[in-house]
Amino acid sequence: MKKVMNMVNAINDALDIKLREDKNVIVYGEDVGVEGGVFRVTEGLQKKYGVERVFDSPLAESAIAGTAVGMSIAGLKPVIEMQFSGFANPAFNQIVSHVSRMRNRSRGKYTSDMVIRMPYGGGINALEHHSESIEAIWAHIPGLKVVIPSTPHDAKGLMIAAIESPDPVFFMEPKRIYRAIKQEVDEGKFSIPIGKAKVLQKGTDITVVAYGAMIREVQKAAVRAKKDNISVEIIDLRTIYPIDRETIAESVKKTGRLLTVHEAIKTFGVAAEVSSIAIEEAFLHLEAPPMRLTGYDVIVPLPKGEHHFMISPERIYYEILRTVKY
Amino acid sequence: MFKEYDPIKKNMFQVMDNDGKIINKKFMPDIDNAEILESYKNMLFARTADNMTVSYQRQGRIFTYPPNYGQEAISGAVARIMRDEDWLVPAFRELGAYLAKGATLKEIFLYFMGYEEGVNFKNAKNFVPYAVPIASQLLHAVGIGYEIKYNKKDQVVYTFVGDGGTSEGDFHEALNFAGVWKAPVVFIVQNNQYGISTPFRMQTASDGVAIKSYAYGIKGIQVDGNDFFAMYKAVKESAEYAKAGNGPVLIEAVTYRKGAHTTSDDPSKYRTKEEEDEWDVKDPLKRLKSYLKSQKLFTDKDEETLIEDYKKEIDRQFIEAENFGAYPLEDIFKYTYGDMPDDLKQQMVEHEKFLKWKELSLKTNV
Repeated sequence: MKKVMNMVNAINDALDIKLREDKNVIVYGEDVGVEGGVFRVTEGLQKKYGVERVFDSPLAESAIAGTAVGMSIAGLKPVIEMQFSGFANPAFNQIVSHVSRMRNRSRGKYTSDMVIRMPYGGGINALEHHSESIEAIWAHIPGLKVVIPSTPHDAKGLMIAAIESPDPVFFMEPKRIYRAIKQEVDEGKFSIPIGKAKVLQKGTDITVVAYGAMIREVQKAAVRAKKDNISVEIIDLRTIYPIDRETIAESVKKTGRLLTVHEAIKTFGVAAEVSSIAIEEAFLHLEAPPMRLTGYDVIVPLPKGEHHFMISPERIYYEILRTVKY
Repeated sequence: MFKEYDPIKKNMFQVMDNDGKIINKKFMPDIDNAEILESYKNMLFARTADNMTVSYQRQGRIFTYPPNYGQEAISGAVARIMRDEDWLVPAFRELGAYLAKGATLKEIFLYFMGYEEGVNFKNAKNFVPYAVPIASQLLHAVGIGYEIKYNKKDQVVYTFVGDGGTSEGDFHEALNFAGVWKAPVVFIVQNNQYGISTPFRMQTASDGVAIKSYAYGIKGIQVDGNDFFAMYKAVKESAEYAKAGNGPVLIEAVTYRKGAHTTSDDPSKYRTKEEEDEWDVKDPLKRLKSYLKSQKLFTDKDEETLIEDYKKEIDRQFIEAENFGAYPLEDIFKYTYGDMPDDLKQQMVEHEKFLKWKELSLKTNV
């Protein structure tokens, strides 16, 4: 059976399924219980599963992450929420010093196999500290996995995979498309493997790699490109780390051209990693340098200036042209 | 006990004076002579091991090590009360508690020799590795406490931090969360007067640590950490209180770090000989030994014989650790993830290729 869902419904559905089937799953964070989170992702779950399993924690991100370390050591499966990615910074020490390392430092005796959910990204006219895209920071830490869905269907399948992962997973939710995309999603349980990208559209002239909220923008740009007889292959990374080198390499070998698009800033970012993969794995097939269309290396501007920073389908189209004509 | 020694009264809990005389009979714990003697022996073993480890370090046979010298009664008391099923979430200066949990000296040596296996603690149940990032471990203890409550288990968590750690945000967040969740956690602050070189008065304007329990709505008590009987009584009552579902307890164990912060530190730069002498009369082993002698349970001769035996055992385990063997390449990779990502496997393969090339090129050069 299928049901029309947006990303908020889909993540909620995934949490519901896991809470139902696994008593070790615990959901908590700031305002996630009674209110169901500021974006209502956990709405209704406390009523269904009780205050011991879905609850509001005191307001302290380091403690949310740190107590989740203890819970997972003791055998629970915490799914914690950082209200916004920009507020996850106080938890940085716990994440880098313990969440990512517990398996290694105890030589496999204990793990911190939690899921850390956080809405991220810009484009919603938010206040300061509410628009950042810091996936590269988490992806740079050994021991963590970083997942970013681009559709309701993917969000559900990846969330189930994240909860079932033996490792800590950062589940970054592109809040701009929380409710913007609706699609039919399977009501039953299914999972999407972490670490595998998806070829969304086959093409022959250029590979465009993106993820999260940028996918929709890339698809729009590809429609325009098609009118100009440019055939775009679109890859949705789905997982930032472990990054799917094979899918990227195979595609670039075929098209000879690569453009990576993300909202996060440019320098030392995910696009640099994707470009390196193309160079290392498909060097002799390249007909243009791997290109990057990303946020600028600046603080995300407040709403009135955000249009300068955000990536539009038009800008993607422009970069596709530049790369193809190189 | 919590009422009479409410931290607001500024009355440190003591049972025994500096000469080993019982001055507070009402609170003398119910503990038989054999157990007291056993406790002293364990503390003596820990001190002997600690001293020898410092000398191994001076001989260049082990890397940096944080000694426990002067603080043995705190871990010594926990060691007697903590059960197999209870959790130990340590900082890194609680040797006696580790040994009681079932860690071996060999494992302890291995860690400070540079092997992660040294914190796997193969035969020690519910013992989390040392936490070097100060105070971060207290939150893990609270999370474990949550699980105990959630699954209605008969367990308690013992967690440690130093006085310097009480300035960290995680200390406050841990006490706050534990209070709200009524988590069965016994927080033990080893107030040894110094965070490396920074004296306690520069960590906080507060009159001690125990008083901070008020702000979190939890029980707290300041205890003479060099008084084995007071520590025993305080830990035992705190554990019972926490296990009964009343919430956490904050114990401030007032002590003195007679040794250095670690073997890389030189305490003569930041404290005086007079101060060290003042604390020397309060030494936890001296005090408990005086008590044992007064009860005709122990002699100096007994101690000499014990130390000789202990030294042999400690050396045997040290040599075993020294012969632990090479660190395989695979080990740096295989514990990073539960399922190793392909690109990480590839990084290991690349390094193996390099090693093969190196071996071959050495042969061809010969």
